[in-house]
Amino acid sequence: MIVVDHVHKVYPTRQGDRAILNDISFILARGEKLGVIGRNGAGKSTLVRLVSGAEQPTSGTITRSMSVSWPIAFGGAFQGALTGFDNVRFISRIYQQDYSQNIDFVQDFTELGIYLREPVRSYSQGMRARLAFAISMIIEFDCYLIDEVIAVGDARFHERCAMELFQKRADRAMLIISHDAEYVRNHCNKFAVLHNGDMSLYTKFDDAYEKHMQNMHAT
Amino acid sequence: MREILTRYGRHNIGFLWLFVEPMLFTTGVTILWTLSKSVHGSSLPIVAFALTGYSSVLLWRNMPARCIGAIEPNLALMYHRNVKAIDIFLARLLLEAGGATISFVTLTLFYINIGWLDPPNDVLTVVEGWLLMAWFGASAAMFLGALAEKSELVERLWHPFSYIVFPLSGAAFMVDALPTSVQKLALYVPMVSGVELIREGYFGQAFRAHYDLSYLLGCCILFTLLALARVATVSREITPE
Repeated sequence: MIVVDHVHKVYPTRQGDRAILNDISFILARGEKLGVIGRNGAGKSTLVRLVSGAEQPTSGTITRSMSVSWPIAFGGAFQGALTGFDNVRFISRIYQQDYSQNIDFVQDFTELGIYLREPVRSYSQGMRARLAFAISMIIEFDCYLIDEVIAVGDARFHERCAMELFQKRADRAMLIISHDAEYVRNHCNKFAVLHNGDMSLYTKFDDAYEKHMQNMHAT
Repeated sequence: MREILTRYGRHNIGFLWLFVEPMLFTTGVTILWTLSKSVHGSSLPIVAFALTGYSSVLLWRNMPARCIGAIEPNLALMYHRNVKAIDIFLARLLLEAGGATISFVTLTLFYINIGWLDPPNDVLTVVEGWLLMAWFGASAAMFLGALAEKSELVERLWHPFSYIVFPLSGAAFMVDALPTSVQKLALYVPMVSGVELIREGYFGQAFRAHYDLSYLLGCCILFTLLALARVATVSREITPE
C-alpha cells in the first residue's frame, strides 16, 4: 500500500516559490490502478517522482509498504554515456539482481541488436523508450509508476508494453499518468485529475474526464 | 557504483587514463624541476622531492575538481531511490584517490628501478601521510561538491583558488627552509602538514619535518562534518531531471 498524506511540493523559481502540489492525499492499495490526468505542467510528473522517492516532498509524508518502481518514463533513469548493456548491468546491480538473464530479456524485448553496445545518448527516442521499458520490466515490483511511456514508439511497441504490463502483471498496483485519457480509461480502475496543484479523485472515468475537459478549456 | 568507471569509455586504453594522466603530469613536473634545479632549499634529491610534492597536490586538487558538478551528469540516475548524492561523490572520490595512489606508487617503483630514486625510509609514515592527505582531499571535495550544487560560484572560484594555493601547499618548498616566522604561517595551510609528513617518511633523518598533525586532523574532521551536512541537504533538495 502507498499512503500519500497531505503532501505539498514547492519549487523555488525566480519569481518566488511556486506550489506545484497542494495538499495531496490518496491511498493506492495492492492491485489498484490509479490513472492521473491533467494538463501540461499540472504536476503529474512531480507527483510520480515524489511517490517513487526520488524526490522529497516539501511537507507531508509518503509511506510505501510495497516495493515501488522508479518512474518509468521514456527518458530518464539512464546514464547517457553508458551503453545499453552497461545500463542493464548497472540497474541489475543496484537492485541486486543477476544481470545475465536480464540481458537476454532486454535483448529479446527491445530488439535493439547491436545498438545495445552503443552509448544510450545516441539512441532515438523510440529506442530509448524500448530500452527504458525493458529495463523497468527486469525488476519485479508490487507497484509500477508509469509516466507517459506510451507517448512514443510504434504500434508494435505499444502492444508489447501492454502485454508485459497489463497481462503478465495484471495483479500489480499501478500509478499511470498520461495526457491520453483513452489510455487511462482502458487500464485503470481509479481516476484522478490534477489541476493547479489540487487533485480530485473519481471512481468513474466519465466524471474525471468531464472535469479534465473543463480544466482544459478554462483559462 | 563502480560503473562510473565507464566514464572513460571503451575506447583505446580506456580507464588506464585514470592513472596514466596523473603519472604524465607528475613526470612532467619532475623533469621540469630537475632541469631547472628548482630552489627548494636543501640538498635532498629533487626527484623524490617533486614526486612527493606533486603527487600529493593531485590528491587535494583533483578530488574537489571531480566532485564539483558531479551530480548533474548523473541526475538521471537519481530516479532510483537507492542512488543517493553521496554515492555519486564516493564513487568519484574512490576513483580519483585510487588513480592518484596508483600513479604515486607506480612512479615511485619505476624511479627506484631506473635508479633516480632511493627507496623510502619509512614506508608506514609515507602511507600515513598519504592517507591523511587523501582524507583531507576527500572531505574538502565532498564539501565543495555539495556546495557547488547551491551556487556555481564555487566552481568558478575553485580553479583560480587551487592554483593560488598550489605554491602555498608545501609541494614546492620545505618548511624547514623557511624563516621561523613564516614557518608558523605555513603550517596554517593544512596541506603543508600532510606533505611534510609524507616527506619525513620518505627521507627519514635527512629531513627535518615540521607538521601539526592535530591541526590537519582537525581540518579533516571539520570538513567531513560540514561535507556530510551539506550532502544531506543536497540530497533532500535534489530534483531528478
